[in-house]
Amino acid sequence: MKQALERHLNILDFTLASLLRRRAKNLSLLAIYLLVIFMLASLAFFVTALKKEATIILSDAPDMIVQRLMAGRQDLVPADYAVEIAKIRGVTAVRPRLWGYYYDALNGANYTIMASEDPAVASGSAIIGAGVSKARNLAVGDLLPLISYDKSPVMLEINSIYPHGADLAAADLIVISPDDFHQLFNFPGGQATDLAVTVRNPKEMSTVAAKIAGMFPDSRPILKSEIQRTYQSIFDWRGGMTLILLTSALISFIIFAWDKATGLSADERKEIGILKSIGWETSDVLLLKFWEGLVISLTAFLLGVVLAYGHVFFLSAPLFAQALKGWSVIYPSFQLVPVVDAYQLSVLFFLTVVPYTTATIIPCWRAATIDPDAAMRY
Amino acid sequence: MRRSVKYLLFTAAILAIFLLLPLHAHYTQRYSSDEIKLQMTKLQGLHVTDLCLATEARYTRHPALADRHAAFQEHPLALEHFPSGSMILPNILTRDTP
Repeated sequence: MKQALERHLNILDFTLASLLRRRAKNLSLLAIYLLVIFMLASLAFFVTALKKEATIILSDAPDMIVQRLMAGRQDLVPADYAVEIAKIRGVTAVRPRLWGYYYDALNGANYTIMASEDPAVASGSAIIGAGVSKARNLAVGDLLPLISYDKSPVMLEINSIYPHGADLAAADLIVISPDDFHQLFNFPGGQATDLAVTVRNPKEMSTVAAKIAGMFPDSRPILKSEIQRTYQSIFDWRGGMTLILLTSALISFIIFAWDKATGLSADERKEIGILKSIGWETSDVLLLKFWEGLVISLTAFLLGVVLAYGHVFFLSAPLFAQALKGWSVIYPSFQLVPVVDAYQLSVLFFLTVVPYTTATIIPCWRAATIDPDAAMRY
Repeated sequence: MRRSVKYLLFTAAILAIFLLLPLHAHYTQRYSSDEIKLQMTKLQGLHVTDLCLATEARYTRHPALADRHAAFQEHPLALEHFPSGSMILPNILTRDTP
């Protein structure tokens, strides 16, 4: 046992010395390998954590949203739609929702304005998201001036500010009273942006949706499950961001493995020839190359995953944030709750470390089985 | 100290950090679950339907409620204008029949 351990330590010593001899080449290889693993692991952590947050946040979404379409665009829903829908068996409540977007010409930001019946939101006051507070430098008690659609000013006193922790749902929100909403947007009475429908039995959701679509052919019911599925599919591996990163990382990795698998350099062949001529067994040479592959790939894997965890959960994924932010002025601070998916990490390990190590051994096995004299003369 | 032992110690240290990641995630989740519940209570009643990921366009701010021809929102033949529109793809709804 001790002898076997000593043999491995000796070969590892030789491997490290051999890697350090070609320091520049191997360090750059390690750096690029680490970058590939880092990007893939960051993506896996980011997507899994966002999916989990989406599930938690969207658990409060209405059972069904009913929109009205006009010429292929969303239009206002008349109040009598709500009355008719409430009569459907299984529907327990229909709540007209008032919400819209406000473009702030001062800073170029877009806000989501929602009306709430909550008594905490009195007329002339507002609850704002942390993103709005930051963009307009507002604190509780300050006045938020908005310009209504008839160009008259609407002054809202900040009642409270949603905490940064709620940014993923409310960074750009301004919650105001229905009266202020009507005044701000010159919104017609007896209309709603859409309807939030509550259904008693979740199994009846599709039936109720079909009945609503039958009653009002211009309506578009969107179920809660469909809202949740939207977010699962945005962060699916086929999603835009995921696919771009996955493809570029995999192509880089294939180039690595291809470079390794297609053959050895003349120097490496010569080294194998010398080692065999001074008495190394083929198995020793293979063990040397195994360690060489493992040192590079295992170090890159472990460091890449640990750095990716820090990038996503401690630094709030600044690399992905830029991609998602685009031209947005208000952007949520991503304090994601860490989630580690063992399955994803195992897949990453078996897709990177195992093929790389194998790709290192195969050409060496070919070189190690030929005559040392021929290997040295190559 | 031998080079191999130094390397093995270094690997053992990163491996230990690697193995601690699920534990850290578990304890952070446990610690923050109360905080998330508190924040969700504040948002309750608003019935939020979408995550605030990108605020530059309607169809990336509310992808679940966007028009059917998203990402070509402004016109069926209009080319994608906003950067986040290439990250957040159009929503294709498929409903399970009862």
